[in-house]
Amino acid sequence: MIVAKRKPFEEIKESVVGAKRILVLGCGTCVAVCLSGGEKDVAILALQLKMALKLENQDVHIDELTIERQCDREFIEQIGTRVNPDDYDVILSMACGAGVQLLSDVFEHKVVLPALNTTFIGVAEKLGVWSERCSGCGDCILGKTAGLCPIARCAKQLLNGPCGGSVNGKCEISKEVDCVWQLIIDRLTRLDRLEMLEEIFPVKDWSPAGHGGPRKMVREDLKL
Amino acid sequence: MKSGSSLERILESGQFAVTAEAGPPKGSSAKVIQRKGELLKFCCDALNVTDNQTAIVRMSSLGGCLLLKELGVEPVLQMVVRDRNRLALQGDILGAAALGIRNVLCLSGDHQKFGNHPTAKGVYDIDSIQFIQMVKTMRDEHKFLNGEEISGDVPFFIGAAANPFADPFEFRVIRLAKKVNAGADFIQTQGIFDMARFTEWMKMARDKGLHEKTHILAGLIPVKSVGMARYMRNNVAGLSVPLEIVDRMADAKDPKEEGVKICLETIEQLKEVEGVHGIHVMAVAWEDIVPRIVEEAGLMPRPVV
Repeated sequence: MIVAKRKPFEEIKESVVGAKRILVLGCGTCVAVCLSGGEKDVAILALQLKMALKLENQDVHIDELTIERQCDREFIEQIGTRVNPDDYDVILSMACGAGVQLLSDVFEHKVVLPALNTTFIGVAEKLGVWSERCSGCGDCILGKTAGLCPIARCAKQLLNGPCGGSVNGKCEISKEVDCVWQLIIDRLTRLDRLEMLEEIFPVKDWSPAGHGGPRKMVREDLKL
Repeated sequence: MKSGSSLERILESGQFAVTAEAGPPKGSSAKVIQRKGELLKFCCDALNVTDNQTAIVRMSSLGGCLLLKELGVEPVLQMVVRDRNRLALQGDILGAAALGIRNVLCLSGDHQKFGNHPTAKGVYDIDSIQFIQMVKTMRDEHKFLNGEEISGDVPFFIGAAANPFADPFEFRVIRLAKKVNAGADFIQTQGIFDMARFTEWMKMARDKGLHEKTHILAGLIPVKSVGMARYMRNNVAGLSVPLEIVDRMADAKDPKEEGVKICLETIEQLKEVEGVHGIHVMAVAWEDIVPRIVEEAGLMPRPVV
């Protein structure tokens, strides 16, 4: 899933200064699962904003709404069946950056602000802990790295790791961070495939990773 | 000869080489690097100029190398992939070749998090092993990474780093082999305090015949104080400082003397290790001690080649 984290409250509050009617808009998919931007998170943020702005004697009306997905036009267009978007001068989006941008596209004349920082594509490790697994590099190498990604999980994105800073299974940048190359070596040892790493991994083509410009996927067979 | 550098000639003729580190200043003063050059020119075969070492911005390695060269000192151009993509690396390699620099050390670089610009974007377009391979292709095939022709020669003696003290230990020699296969003509190791682990690593390297395919220069870090020994033991990832070293420094009446003694004892042991073809002294902020260490280790005068 796409993992996102709520921005600091002060930053959110600053961003809406001057607004008279705010719609706090949640997203029911990834950010709901990682407990950042779903229905409950919308309720909490809306309440916090109401209290904080009231304490400052600001007369602001705040409504809440959560739609299934903000990254899909079909769901955004349904907003109009539940509220009147023209009633608001600010839409405060609790989606990832993709959702914020599609809202901006659809509501051309409306201020759309982000309430979250989109952080990574990752997994829920355990309750309350999420960690990065994929950088979306556009050319998956997991088949060659024991199913563990050095692009997303090595601090230096080494393809021929580990570097000289790997100690006791941890990365040189922090004792909290696993050295993914240690994990790769351990796993390949278990699978009796360590010889895979004797070959020099070639230089990566970063153009599908976004360095070739903004990315787009087109499926001609699905186009109307 | 691949490069014609003195370092290459000394190593290829089977002589024991001595290199040292000459870090550039956090400023634009040519004198800092010139002073280190003058200090070390008679006791070393070549001097490594570090490249934004520990991710702290300093005068460029290329600038420092040129200053040394003007003094008649042979430089080793250190280059990290942290700060440059494949275009910048290749461009700087050509620039260095044009300036007559003949040795290069291809490194990953310490992560930017450790330095004085921790919010910087790391580049890491290619890794150190791919970098070695790229320079070798530039030198031997006159080709850029994309296959296009290079006009003119790119005569470099190609170096790489190796750390026998990082984990996983069993994989360290496999990684050394990858660097040698990629084209590393010489290796400079991490500073050695843990001789047992180093000799074990060297044995594994010899078992793979790597000591005959590359020149391994053993790294040394002269220790000035017990504080430094403790810091390295506890805080530097990938450095193994046995407690015995810390205790010796703590018990010493004159810690600096003890540091020199430890260094000299290490060199004596290293000379006996088959496949060690030289030493590389990294006396960070204590360059003044290097001439004495080289002299007392019986490695003077340096050969003229």
